[in-house]
Amino acid sequence: MLNPELHLNPDIFSETPKKAALRDGYGEGLLEIGLENSDVVALSADLEESTRAEAFAKKYPERFFEVGVAEQDMVSIAAGFGVSGKIPFVSSYAVFSPGRNWEQIRTTICYNDSNVKIAGHHAGVSTGADGATHQATEDIALMRSLPNMKVFAPCDAIEAKKITVAAAKIWGPIYLRFSRNPSVVMTTEETPFIPGKADIFWLPQNNKKPDVAIIGCGQLVYQCLLAAKALEKEKIQTLVINCHSIKPLDSRQIVAAAKKSGAVVTVEEHQIAGGLGGAIAELLSEENPTPMEFVGVRDVFGESGEGEELIKKYGMASNHIEKAVKKVLRRK
Amino acid sequence: MLELTDEKIKFLEKRANEIRESVVKMLYEAGSGHSAGPLGMADVFSAFYFHILNHRPEEPEWSDRDRLVLSNGHICPVRYAAMAYAGYFPLDELNTLRKLGSRLQGHPHRQSLPGLETTSGPLGSGLGQSIGMALAAKLDQKKYRIYCFVSDGEQDEGNHWESVMFAAKRKLNNLTVLMDRNNIQIDGFTEDIMPLEPLRQKYEAFNWHVLEINGHSIEEIVDAVNEAKAIYEKPTLIICHTIPGKGVSFMENNYLWHGKPPTRDEAMAALKELRSLGGKIQID
Ligand SMILES: Cc1ncc(C[n+]2csc(CCOP(=O)(O)OP(=O)(O)O)c2C)c(N)n1
Ligand SMILES: [Mg+2]
Repeated sequence: MLNPELHLNPDIFSETPKKAALRDGYGEGLLEIGLENSDVVALSADLEESTRAEAFAKKYPERFFEVGVAEQDMVSIAAGFGVSGKIPFVSSYAVFSPGRNWEQIRTTICYNDSNVKIAGHHAGVSTGADGATHQATEDIALMRSLPNMKVFAPCDAIEAKKITVAAAKIWGPIYLRFSRNPSVVMTTEETPFIPGKADIFWLPQNNKKPDVAIIGCGQLVYQCLLAAKALEKEKIQTLVINCHSIKPLDSRQIVAAAKKSGAVVTVEEHQIAGGLGGAIAELLSEENPTPMEFVGVRDVFGESGEGEELIKKYGMASNHIEKAVKKVLRRK
Repeated sequence: MLELTDEKIKFLEKRANEIRESVVKMLYEAGSGHSAGPLGMADVFSAFYFHILNHRPEEPEWSDRDRLVLSNGHICPVRYAAMAYAGYFPLDELNTLRKLGSRLQGHPHRQSLPGLETTSGPLGSGLGQSIGMALAAKLDQKKYRIYCFVSDGEQDEGNHWESVMFAAKRKLNNLTVLMDRNNIQIDGFTEDIMPLEPLRQKYEAFNWHVLEINGHSIEEIVDAVNEAKAIYEKPTLIICHTIPGKGVSFMENNYLWHGKPPTRDEAMAALKELRSLGGKIQID
């Protein structure tokens, strides 16, 4: 059942649940934090509208900087802002930033320990018709391997807004990951949000012992919930954990869930290599070795198509999660 | 290259118009994609696929073919349309653009469709790849030429200029770059987003031979390519001054048409206009 303490959206399982795009949450959060803190500045590389930096740019033109199609320059400029008392937010598509400009991020932002927030948009195959060149499925791995960098992947538009506002208040380099299309809004304004804390969205009824913990991030947490609901009908009890913070991991919550359930399935719109699943596997193999299955992109590039169609084709829909759960249960 | 007769010019203009019509239809069918760039470059693509390029549509991997590298991959609908008319694949397939399973990916994917030469979309990396091809041709003592199409917005990318320096260092005379100088990018006019001028002098200072033409004049396009072939000591840049959205009045020169497809009504209006324009071109 949905965790009653989290004030989740009661409509989640209706035929037409409320949808909103994560990038819109980012745009709203940026606007809000811009009002709260005049040290916040924003930079764009010729993608002002589609990364939703537009509202901030209109409201605070003196704190908005258009660098042209130049992602490497953009993060280097941001690094300079970040060591000069400003809180720069840089927006582009994740394939270009942090994809193209990775070394500049490594040296000028992370090694410099500059207070830069990197918003990577159009993450995942659900980016759709633009095709694989524009679908970032490696960005978590790229950012997770960098010292000093934190990595957050919010699950819906409301969490995206909260995380954007929170990022301005947490000192240091942060990578924020956003998908493109409207997706189901699972949380509400009342849902408690603590950056870095992994929340249990779904738990077994009547305090039953869970058979498996499903740990997901981003919009696919919704697919995890659909799977949990279907599995409950088959008497398979699950925990669904929304793991918005891939780095640092909420290790206490994750290790506890692994101990309690004895099996883990991870779910992410990202390559299996180096993503959320990899991070959890690293943690659990040291702390509490647990059988795991990974749902994500399996070492291939995406392609043009509709977002939902691609989630299915690349094996990340609720039925794939159910299959992974059944597979991991056989290995317990 | 064959002689450019008046008759051939008329044919190429007509073909450019057919390509424009296909671009409008494809984008409407796809429901997403870029309108302004492809319409603006239709004359250049017509001149290349139907007059300039030494190629074999029925044998796309023919080793002596000229290479056409499209660095600004988002304008691929115009390339797909030109390729279909040239016989690389059936015209019907144009309607699959951007759909699941299509060979016509939203941005060109080399392995999906023979004849594309490179995968592109991420801007600023076409020239580097073209240089690799040009150097390989020299090592193999091959006569084929490399044509790299770039955009003006793409000039913002620093890595493009690394390639600009290198091509001049190696005096790559088998490499010709054609720039779509349409003055727009996503967020606005290039000179507002990131001023590029004086573009000609910049490239000249980097030791390139530079030509500037009207990118809608078949004659000027063909003449400039011929001149580039005759320049031995430098790579050549042809700055093609084009009108983004050319042929569809409500799209022309409006940067808001950079990255959106026409609605049904807009597509109908666009096709009507293009057809009457077609009538104007075929004078007799
Ligand atoms: C590396 C990279 N950064 C950002 C983008 C997003 N993008 C696609 S087209 C474009 C505008 C480039 O201007 P131009 O090619 O002149 O556009 P056009 O004239 O065709 O409208 C941008 C920023 C990209 N494709 N690649
Ligand atoms: Mg342009």
